[in-house]
Amino acid sequence: MENNINHWLNEHGDYLYRFALARLKDPHHAEDAVQETMLAAIKNNSYEGESAVRTWLTGILKHKIIDSQRKQIREQPVSDLIDLDNADTSMDDFFDQSGHWLERPQTLDMPDGALEQKQFLTILDGCINKLPAKLKAIFMLRDVQEVENENICKELNITATNAWVMLYRARMGLRKCLELNWS
Amino acid sequence: MLTCKQASKLVSQSLDRPLSWSERMQLKLHLFICDPCSRFKQQLKLLGVALKLGRTMTENDQDIKLPLDVKNRILQANESGSMQKPV
Repeated sequence: MENNINHWLNEHGDYLYRFALARLKDPHHAEDAVQETMLAAIKNNSYEGESAVRTWLTGILKHKIIDSQRKQIREQPVSDLIDLDNADTSMDDFFDQSGHWLERPQTLDMPDGALEQKQFLTILDGCINKLPAKLKAIFMLRDVQEVENENICKELNITATNAWVMLYRARMGLRKCLELNWS
Repeated sequence: MLTCKQASKLVSQSLDRPLSWSERMQLKLHLFICDPCSRFKQQLKLLGVALKLGRTMTENDQDIKLPLDVKNRILQANESGSMQKPV
């Protein structure tokens, strides 16, 4: 068994870590997800050699990533939740009372060069990590992991309307953050 | 006539659910005459492209490795047969 986990870590550890990091955008959460994947894999050893080991481990990791996101939501400060419950006033930062933009969206373009693109993505990651935990989790599930809305609602125990409002809020905040930090 | 607040909400929701025929028509009309909302739509499109690119780049970045101390931590946790994470 020990040989297995050692072998898995050497062969697939880096891959699984990158996979988790791309979806959680937080090194510690990604490390924990990989750890829990490995321990669950060795404990349940349900691998039957029908698919590649990497595919099997990745399947377990996907669940651990969602577990991690659920946990982040539970651990977020109560103040974040209060703000989100009031979906309509939470857009007051962006629109006046008659529904006009307070500040009109500006043109945003993806840079061409590889280096500039990397800088752009670093800024975007910074913006994502500034979102309240619940918004970040639902946004990552929907727009990065591309999980169907129906499944997100089931996983996070929220209504579809709730999910749409939170995604709207998250995207609105991110585009503004990009405008402010990318120029 | 939709307000910009309503129009931008529909732009976002079009990524999550199929809009009704009437919503699509109203949004189309609004975007036709409203530059800020058209730019908002472009921004969300850019956001989607950037997120996919970022995901792929992280997944394929060979310089990103599972830190050695985490590997050791996992091996230790496995040996002690405990599912608990070190504090």
